[in-house]
Amino acid sequence: MKTLAALVFGICATAAIAATSAPALRAQIKAGEAIYSRCLACHALAYDRTGPRHCGLFGRHAGSVKGFPYSEAMKKSDIVWNAKTLDRFLANPTTVVRGTTMTYAGITDAEERRDLIAYLKHVNDTPECKQ
Amino acid sequence: MSFLYSVDETVAPNPRRSFLGQSGLLLSGAAVALLAGRDALAASKGGESSVADVRILNTALGAELEAISAYQLGAESGLLQKPALDLAVTFQGHHKAHADLLQKTIFKLGGQAVEPKKAYTFPTDKLKSQADVLRFAAMLEKGAVSAYLGAVPLFGNRELAQAAASILGDEAMHWAVLRNALGEAPVPSAFMS
Repeated sequence: MKTLAALVFGICATAAIAATSAPALRAQIKAGEAIYSRCLACHALAYDRTGPRHCGLFGRHAGSVKGFPYSEAMKKSDIVWNAKTLDRFLANPTTVVRGTTMTYAGITDAEERRDLIAYLKHVNDTPECKQ
Repeated sequence: MSFLYSVDETVAPNPRRSFLGQSGLLLSGAAVALLAGRDALAASKGGESSVADVRILNTALGAELEAISAYQLGAESGLLQKPALDLAVTFQGHHKAHADLLQKTIFKLGGQAVEPKKAYTFPTDKLKSQADVLRFAAMLEKGAVSAYLGAVPLFGNRELAQAAASILGDEAMHWAVLRNALGEAPVPSAFMS
């Protein structure tokens, strides 16, 4: 009986979290989109510019977009991009990958990094990145 | 649009000649900073700090070269009417001046400047009107402000940081004028990030 109660409580709690997390996630994505405007001098989602494209970012090895002229530092960084590695890199790119050509001081605010990463993750599932 | 008249006034009666005079004034801050630091730059050539500075300058140069190409696309698109067309030509001239200064500084530091790409990718399928072109340009300029803002603290040489900040100010003015042209608040906030 205790097990059943715990199970029911667990399901309810999970549902409650899911119900509140969806709007929160939407808010993060929206905030992240605004933060992404800072990246638009060098990056685009679907094509390479001064920096490489962001479509397909998650799960991609750093320095692996075919034809993009990465720094040796980035090619040798042995990073696979995910929320954790992006969070670390975006906080201080030139310290995390010494010699990177992403010569940007970084986003010091952890919430801003979270929102930007949420946006990047979201857009990777949109038609713009699926073409 | 009332903006267009105000822009027209700033570049009339001869937009091109007027621009050339203005751009000289706008760039003088950066140019002076670099000229003043020339001996120091030459002395620091090859050091770890100057290698890092060259890397920053080259990233900026790459973006400036793309901006020149983007404005060329806009100017040749047939979508821009005067005086918006004059704006594009004026701002392209600023980016050419930035690129020239960056190239010379990289050389002074003993570095190798990046070359323009043979071809740039732009979202031409989304540029159907003058407003689209101006919005695209505004997006690039806003990004450039953020990029320089993120680069300034990284310079080992403070004179280079000052020069980069001078370019940042110019990019911010571009962004504000383009926003105004689009009927948006030219300066939407007290701070940039």
